[in-house]
Amino acid sequence: MDSRPGIKACGVYLPRLRLERTAIAAATGWASGARAGKRRGSRSCCNWDEDSVTMAVEAARDSVAREDRARIGWLALASTTLPFADRSNAGVVATALDLPESVAAIDVAGSQRAATGALLQALERPGVARGDALVVAADRRLAKPGSDQEMDYGHGAAAIVVGCGADVIAEMLGRSTLLADFVDHYRRSGAEFDYALEERWVRDEGYLKVVPRAVTGALEAAGVLAADVRHFVAAGPKRFAAAAARAVGIPADAVADDLHSACGDTGTAHVLLLLAGALETAKAGEIIVVAGFGQGCDAIVLGVTDRIGAHSAHGGLRRALERGATDREYLRFLSNCGLVDMDWGMRSERDNRTAQSAAWRRRRDVTAFIGGRCAKCGTVQYPKSQACVNPDCRAYHAQEDYALADTAGRVKTFTEDWLAFTRCPPLVYGNVAFEAGGNVFIEFTDTAAGELAVGTPVRFAFRVKDIDRVRGFHRYFWKATPVRN
Amino acid sequence: MASGIRDKVAIIGMGCSRFGERWDCGPEELMLEAFAEAIGDAGIERDQIEAAWLGVFYQEQSTGKSGLPLSLALRLPNVPVTRVENLCATGTEALRGAAYAVAAGAADIALAMGVEKLKDTGFAGLPERTKGTFEDLWQPGMTPPGAFAQLAAAYAARHGYSMPDLKRGLAHVSWKSHENAAANPRAHLRNRITIEQAVEAQMIAYPLGLYDCCGVSDGAACAIVTTPAIAASLGKRDMVTVKALQLAPSNGVEMGHASWDGTYTLTSRLAAARAYREAGISDPRAEVDLMEVHDCFSITELVLMEDLGLSDEGRAVHDVLDGRYDRSGAIPCQTDGGLKCFGHPVGASGLRMAYEIYTQLLGRAGVRQVGAPSLGLTHNLGGIPNRNVASVSVLGLHGG
Repeated sequence: MDSRPGIKACGVYLPRLRLERTAIAAATGWASGARAGKRRGSRSCCNWDEDSVTMAVEAARDSVAREDRARIGWLALASTTLPFADRSNAGVVATALDLPESVAAIDVAGSQRAATGALLQALERPGVARGDALVVAADRRLAKPGSDQEMDYGHGAAAIVVGCGADVIAEMLGRSTLLADFVDHYRRSGAEFDYALEERWVRDEGYLKVVPRAVTGALEAAGVLAADVRHFVAAGPKRFAAAAARAVGIPADAVADDLHSACGDTGTAHVLLLLAGALETAKAGEIIVVAGFGQGCDAIVLGVTDRIGAHSAHGGLRRALERGATDREYLRFLSNCGLVDMDWGMRSERDNRTAQSAAWRRRRDVTAFIGGRCAKCGTVQYPKSQACVNPDCRAYHAQEDYALADTAGRVKTFTEDWLAFTRCPPLVYGNVAFEAGGNVFIEFTDTAAGELAVGTPVRFAFRVKDIDRVRGFHRYFWKATPVRN
Repeated sequence: MASGIRDKVAIIGMGCSRFGERWDCGPEELMLEAFAEAIGDAGIERDQIEAAWLGVFYQEQSTGKSGLPLSLALRLPNVPVTRVENLCATGTEALRGAAYAVAAGAADIALAMGVEKLKDTGFAGLPERTKGTFEDLWQPGMTPPGAFAQLAAAYAARHGYSMPDLKRGLAHVSWKSHENAAANPRAHLRNRITIEQAVEAQMIAYPLGLYDCCGVSDGAACAIVTTPAIAASLGKRDMVTVKALQLAPSNGVEMGHASWDGTYTLTSRLAAARAYREAGISDPRAEVDLMEVHDCFSITELVLMEDLGLSDEGRAVHDVLDGRYDRSGAIPCQTDGGLKCFGHPVGASGLRMAYEIYTQLLGRAGVRQVGAPSLGLTHNLGGIPNRNVASVSVLGLHGG
């Protein structure tokens, strides 16, 4: 356990919807011009039931298996788009992941540099040798229709497991941090959209003045030559990163692609997303430099260990990119972002007040998707209850916790309901049989009409279940979604 | 096991309002419309009623809670009125209460009233409601057609039907009910449809289209019950008695246990078995002359033919297409149009079904009359296929 702290695993989540930028241009060109340079590729977009918390949960699940979660003693959720201003968002993530009650869970916000800030905190925290830390970054930044940000941004999340020991895949060799209250863009508290300043000024006076200095400082601290860097993972457009690399002396071919074509800039998550990608191709002994930018720069130098093979095979970013479904419904994108208010009819007027006392009692059932397993007959069931559901058992007070979120399921019955209220019609729901036994009646998400059949394999995803517009609350639950290869 | 109430309770009067979009009526008018017919039929005075049961489901937007709405609407003489609610089995539950009171000797004459005023909701379909503080946190934001459509997906897969083939069977179910309702002046939907119309209708919840769904209606129906001895003393000769009244609620198996495959309604099977036992029916296919079942959706009626033991498993589609349950078939089903076309004012439906069976048993159905039946069955399924309350009643001619 005397090894240097480093990264043990990464996870990535990108929403399934990938809006083609030509569809944005077609819808907004009348107001914003053709914007030929911006129309390449597609950007990732949250479904209506996704936010930074749900994406964070999915990225975290991709990074750490359930059996390893008891080792997580510290969790940071980095985001500038946390759904709750005063309710621990990291607390929701920790509960959904079923992390130990003793976990230290913090929200880190306020800057695009929040993710690297949290990563450094995790790497340098006093207890790093005694247990793992989980750093998750997620962003669902909104952008004004017709804005450059609407084209450039994507939604997504990434998670990094940090710790010490033989299973570290990349150890920290050095680091450097510079603070600069440089306003390249800002978003006032409570505001919906960013206000962005002129890009050339940001590049020349901000990015290229601070990032090369921080990177150079980190390389010096690590005792590594710039020419030996194999992967340069930096926030911002690739042309910014390439200019910074040039200034430092990092080889041009080390600069990571910015994924503009594939998903767009996912905000605080993006640098961790790119880091996860770099680790997928990195080989033992290679040097990675990570640079987070936002009111300064965090630069971290990592040395890849010979344990990297397992991570390359995992391929979190590669799989997240592959899971996308291209979309051209610009208006649906706006609706999913809450930027247009579609008429959903009177059924949408149903009061979705949450009985918080009931939600608290059943938080393990609902947020962590913990069911029951009867100790007498072994029957798995959801929800966990006081009496076993097996008609041949029906024992009272005999159920122990049984985690269902990561179990496989199969469609038993389903419908596509065009009458029910949902922000993404049709509402798809049905009975799903757990591989472990038992059954749940559950909503589906990211499921198109005509996609399901009886027997379709499904997994479960953490999502927004209902929105209470009257009280400004929304609640989460798990939904089934088809397993796609 | 108790011997039950077979032939211990006679129905001496029934009434049923016209069902439909009764924009001009509140629940009071609907209840009085049904009651006026029933009290005239029974030939008794209002003050001879010693106890009453009121069935209403969506009380929050019509009558309000308690037994008061019935006591107030009919100005009953302050006799006990019990309000019951058991989802779509509510009307039958009201009848069960009144019948049990008579069978127990607690009341000589009792009234069962079911009413529902649905068309004050403001939109088509059933009102939205909470499923409970915990259930709302996890159960789907479903609608009834979506919940029942689940049966169709699972049934087709289990029994190897293509969806177009199953939909032909479902279309026949609905076509038949439209045909029957066309002959019923009190029915909500009296238009005739074609099989093609039903198959090609707008999708509501896959695979159910518009014509696979029943009407959402306002209406009331009621029954006046007493003992056969008192009925005889009132001069009743042709007398309809209760042969069986059974109820089976889910206990969680369908929604939570692997044993249910989603292709049938477990509780209907349990309630039917108990009802056949109580009524002394050993071969329902030979003994049941006609029936009114809970055809909230075409697929429900189709699988019920199997759940009630009238079709073999997986064969209801063939029996339906063969016309076995048409008005001219071996066991006519929904001779009044059913929920599909007579309409479905939830709390009234169980009593509306009993009204049609009673009318047919007494040979009063006019152009709808199907021979000279002596035994009829009603069935309700309240809730959704994976969590529900099923009721089965058997009514027959006294001495039959």
